[in-house]
Amino acid sequence: MIEFKNVKKAYQDNVVIEDLSFTINDGEFVCIIGPSGCGKTTTLKMINRLHKVNGGEILIDGTNINDIDVNELRKSIGYVIQHIGLFPNMNVKQNISVVPTLLKWSKDKIDLRIKELMKMINMPFDEFAYKYPNELSGGQQQRVGVLRALAANPNIILMDEPFGALDPITRDVLQDELRNIHDQLKKTIIFVTHDMDEAVKMADRILFLDGGKILQYATPEEMLKNPGTPLIREFLGKISYDYNASDLTCEDVMRKRVYTVYNKERTLKCTSIMKQRDVASLVVVDHNNRYLGIIRIEDIKSEGVPGETIEKLIRKEDITVLINSNARDAFSELEKDNKEYLVVLKRDRQVAGIITRSSMAKALASLIWGENDV
Amino acid sequence: METEAVMQHLGLVCVSFIFTAIFGLLLGIIGYNFKRTRFIILWFVDILQTIPVLALLGIIMIFFGATFRTVVIGIVLYSLLPVVRNTIVGLEQIDPAIREAAIGMGMTKRQRLYKIEFPLAFPIIFTGLKISVITSIGIAVFGAVVGGGGLGYTINRAIMIQDGNTLFKATLALVLMSLAFDLIMGLIEKKLDYSKRRGSV
Repeated sequence: MIEFKNVKKAYQDNVVIEDLSFTINDGEFVCIIGPSGCGKTTTLKMINRLHKVNGGEILIDGTNINDIDVNELRKSIGYVIQHIGLFPNMNVKQNISVVPTLLKWSKDKIDLRIKELMKMINMPFDEFAYKYPNELSGGQQQRVGVLRALAANPNIILMDEPFGALDPITRDVLQDELRNIHDQLKKTIIFVTHDMDEAVKMADRILFLDGGKILQYATPEEMLKNPGTPLIREFLGKISYDYNASDLTCEDVMRKRVYTVYNKERTLKCTSIMKQRDVASLVVVDHNNRYLGIIRIEDIKSEGVPGETIEKLIRKEDITVLINSNARDAFSELEKDNKEYLVVLKRDRQVAGIITRSSMAKALASLIWGENDV
Repeated sequence: METEAVMQHLGLVCVSFIFTAIFGLLLGIIGYNFKRTRFIILWFVDILQTIPVLALLGIIMIFFGATFRTVVIGIVLYSLLPVVRNTIVGLEQIDPAIREAAIGMGMTKRQRLYKIEFPLAFPIIFTGLKISVITSIGIAVFGAVVGGGGLGYTINRAIMIQDGNTLFKATLALVLMSLAFDLIMGLIEKKLDYSKRRGSV
């Protein structure tokens, strides 16, 4: 656990951070974001003491970092920088093994570790181990940079805009790889970025700084739903649109009022409900509100016997979606066979709502004009 | 007689080179690590270069007499500048990102110097060494005046007795010596270029 307690940082008279307190839990992926000069890089670099703390304290697992030998501290924390900073005089293998070598690991242990690491990101050892940094592409170089930080198996890894200098496609791939690495190894990662897309994609929690103060410290979902300040909203800008469009669930777009009938209901009752509501079909449920199928007016007309229950007339149509599935998928399902509607079900097949063409239109409208105006 | 003079000359150059390298690197590293000394060190080696060679040798001779040692000291003092300056420049031009990475990974100052900074600066430092060796071949010629022997002695005598043949041979030997050093050290220099270094693939 990393704790910032009333941390203060000033360069000469210029106070960058006045009073910063927050906690990062073990295994958490925290992105620090904010406008230029907000103190995000300074915050990061105070953790491995590249920048001195001028007031307050930073604790790692309860120990003040100033009580740890500075080089021991740094060897125990992985560090990845934007400009990659591979050592040009060393090949890939030598670069990755720098910290293990400083820690005096045995040669065999280092070899084993390097092979394991390179396997993790699909960099064949035989092909890459003896190459020099200038023979690698930018993306490959930063992969090595990340492995170098992971080499001695530190619990904490600091990353200072590590993918900032890469082209968008490579950046995307490396983001996925890093997220995978994090999911596998459960390291605590502190990741500075100025790219909100990146933060939302990568982070478990986002720390939004401005002028050395925390504006918001929340999960990406929470930040997207309730941006703490106009500045955060501005940062989210375009992205909240994208995010909503692709991440809306059926629950968000469905209509909750569904016209249902019990399977034991008689035909006459059904036709009267249909007439009343001006619909051509009804959703049939059992007594636990579980979905059984639908009943259509034409079936009642052609095959229905007055006074009988509708049980034999129920069509077990496959027009259901799960409540937490993606709204976009539901919409394309709706489009596919020109269906009238989809029945939204909870996990236990209880009917939760219904999605019609008009719910699709409403959802689109809310994205364009904002939720409140519709 | 001439081979002996050539060997003597080479001896002067080589012995001086060892001392130039040691003191030049030492001063360069000190100058790099301690910013306050940098100015003084560069100023000192700069001043040494402005003193005419003969005057410098003369001053040293007052203390050490007309010996081999005097000539070596003279050559060393005179050829320090390129080594010191290239050491400082070579260490300073290292990409700050590389330095930051090394610091962030927990290397001590000494580890950084040995493992990263010196190897990276070495191509430039080597260029400084090359320049100083070639300069020293020329300076060693003046050594004859203070009893250092070598080709300078041969040339001096040849001028006095107007022996054009010997003069030509000795001068040719000097030129060839310079060219040989330049060629060999130039080849090594190229090999040191990291930007062209390839792995075993």
